[in-house]
Amino acid sequence: MMRNHIIEVKGVCKTYESAGAESCEALKDVNLEFPRGKLTSLLGPSGCGKTTLLKIIAGLVPLTRGEVRIEGKKVEGPGPERSFVFQDFALLPWANTLRNVAFGLELRRTPKNDRYKIAKKYIAQVGLAGFERSYPDELSGGMRQRVGLARALAVNSEILLMDEPFGSVDEQTRRKLQEDLLELLKVEKKTVIFVTHSIEEAAYMSDRIVLLTPRPGTVMKVYEPKVLHRSDDPEAARRSEAYLDCVDQLWDILKQYVH
Amino acid sequence: MNLFGKKLPPVASIVIWLILWEIIGRSNVIFIIPPFSSALSAIPDIIKVSTFGEDLWLSLRSFLVGLGLSLCIGIPVGVLMGRFQKVDEMLGMWVNIFISAPISALVPIIMVIFGIGDRTVTVTVFMFSIWTVILDTRAGVRHINYSLVEMARVFGAAPFEVYYKIIFWAALPEILVGLKLAIIRGVRGVIVGQLLLAVSGLGRLFLTYSEYFLMDKFFALLIFILAFAWGLSAVVGLLERRVEKYAKGR
Amino acid sequence: MSLQRTNGGLLRPLSSPYFLRILSLVAVFAVWELMGRFGPNMAIPPFSATARGLFVMLVNGTLPKAYIETLKPLAVGLILAATVGIGFGITMGLSRTVEWFTLMTFVALQVSPMAAVIPLITFVYGLGFTAKMMAVFVLATPGIILNSYQGVRNVNVSLIQMSQAFLANRPQQIIKVIIPAASNMIVASLRMGLGAAFVGIILAELLIAPTGLGDLITYYQAIGDYPNMYATICSLVIISAVSISLLKWVENTYSGARGRKKPEKQDMGDLAE
Repeated sequence: MMRNHIIEVKGVCKTYESAGAESCEALKDVNLEFPRGKLTSLLGPSGCGKTTLLKIIAGLVPLTRGEVRIEGKKVEGPGPERSFVFQDFALLPWANTLRNVAFGLELRRTPKNDRYKIAKKYIAQVGLAGFERSYPDELSGGMRQRVGLARALAVNSEILLMDEPFGSVDEQTRRKLQEDLLELLKVEKKTVIFVTHSIEEAAYMSDRIVLLTPRPGTVMKVYEPKVLHRSDDPEAARRSEAYLDCVDQLWDILKQYVH
Repeated sequence: MNLFGKKLPPVASIVIWLILWEIIGRSNVIFIIPPFSSALSAIPDIIKVSTFGEDLWLSLRSFLVGLGLSLCIGIPVGVLMGRFQKVDEMLGMWVNIFISAPISALVPIIMVIFGIGDRTVTVTVFMFSIWTVILDTRAGVRHINYSLVEMARVFGAAPFEVYYKIIFWAALPEILVGLKLAIIRGVRGVIVGQLLLAVSGLGRLFLTYSEYFLMDKFFALLIFILAFAWGLSAVVGLLERRVEKYAKGR
Repeated sequence: MSLQRTNGGLLRPLSSPYFLRILSLVAVFAVWELMGRFGPNMAIPPFSATARGLFVMLVNGTLPKAYIETLKPLAVGLILAATVGIGFGITMGLSRTVEWFTLMTFVALQVSPMAAVIPLITFVYGLGFTAKMMAVFVLATPGIILNSYQGVRNVNVSLIQMSQAFLANRPQQIIKVIIPAASNMIVASLRMGLGAAFVGIILAELLIAPTGLGDLITYYQAIGDYPNMYATICSLVIISAVSISLLKWVENTYSGARGRKKPEKQDMGDLAE
């Protein structure tokens, strides 16, 4: 039986201990479910633990209490059903685009020819055809993140975890990347968890928005925006009443936490 | 510096010093300094001596083995120190003591333990060169962008894979810097070791030449060794430049 | 988040840096003791014997007397090197012409095994105090020059332009802006110089004529009194490490007091072995 909710987060707490300094409670009693095939945003001010939560789901950071289950199985570490897109791209600076995109497959011991074939396909899909032999320092920020995205798609995992993926690029590039990502997701059906601190981004991209409180982070509210036709005409979507209302409502909720 | 409106490269300044050297040498002002030209022309003379090949080989072997040991032991230690704070705390104090200590002072101890032979010189080279390898490797590892490690783990890298696919390469620019310094210190180590031992190798040659007052041969040997040290550093410099391309993109 | 992993929780007292350092010291001394007592090599005295020798030599005055003897040419040579070195380094930094003439030469000297030249010094200066002083001078000066030069050259151009905008003449620029801005690296160059000076004096003692510490080392080595030989050498390593750390502390306090961040990258010409 396929569950409706592919990821379940139950009672998750995360406390950082450090020798000498006070302990820092990043997350407190987080309970969430993530529906299959939808894009859920984790939205909140800086320091609310959304990246921590994402990395716990990714299996990169151990939790202090609680559990995370994927398809019913407890998360103990990273796994093939989850891939990750990093805010600072995390590309191997000494490898070209082809090798970078193929890196996840390389770690899974996929034979060279196969993995390069797959990599080429996804390089084209993210719009970087022709840049296979380029090195990261020859690419712009937006292009680097496309490489990161292609890498995450190439391993064909069900779940795509994205940590402020468009946070390090300029506004124009960011909009283009958002639109392109939504186009891509129409083809590649994935469950996406998307961390952002931009209200506009969350309103534009998400099927669901989880709002987190500042430290210690906990779920403030789960919001389902009614931004329906965003993929067809992005310009219209960004002007639609539904979108603007959503942005307003999110801002209303969040602004009480801004000093 | 401009001459007739054209910019002169800094290398030209060395030419001027060489000319100066030539003049001072010929004028016999400081009697231990021969003219540069006679030092240069003495180079084939010192090479032709039958024992030179042996002396050179002994020195070279000690140098390479000592340096090789420094790399084989120094890089892993540096990686461990960069990765694990406990290791860093325990070993850091020793590395810091030895990196600025006059290792030459330890040569009598090394001599007494390892005897009067090439093993002492090898150990001396090792003791001279390992500390920069450790310290620079450690610095390289500490400066790694942690996202790269997380990325590798997310995509399923085994712990050991993280070390040789990510950490080593990401730290490589700093490791090469440490290597260049290690080469220079290693050459010093060979010279100092052999000077103090005075039994074999190029160090003994230095002493012999100065004892018998063969100044042009002395400087010929010095030039020879300098050329070697610089040549080796230049090779590492080439490696550095290839790596520099991605060092900036980190 | 840095790559270094730290630990907390239950094992926290064990992770205290002092505990680990003491543990490290104890471990090394224990191994040393065992190697001395049961090791294969006769030439390694146990740690306890060495420590005892060190203590005895300190108390009966042998060691202090030797140090005074050795440190005299060291101090004079270093002071000379510092004066000449800093002066010349600053000049190099201020004058493009001087820099053009001398930079490559000093860089070349820095990476050369100057140790080879020390036996030559005896030809000009004999076997005495002057020779040793010159050995220290020859080894310490290149590093001091290069680092002082680097300090002056690295002064932020904006600062100089700012002073020019406020109509400072060249001497004012030098005295009020450039030298204070370069002073951090100039103080650092002294630390380099001290390290190189220790090397110089040791090599002088072992290669030219042994006095003071060199005398003790060669004497104990000749009669096979390894505990005392090791003790003398260890004392030298300790003294040099301590004095260089002290200088480093002075450096850091100095730059901290002037509100500057401590430089982390390796200093240019940090080649004192």
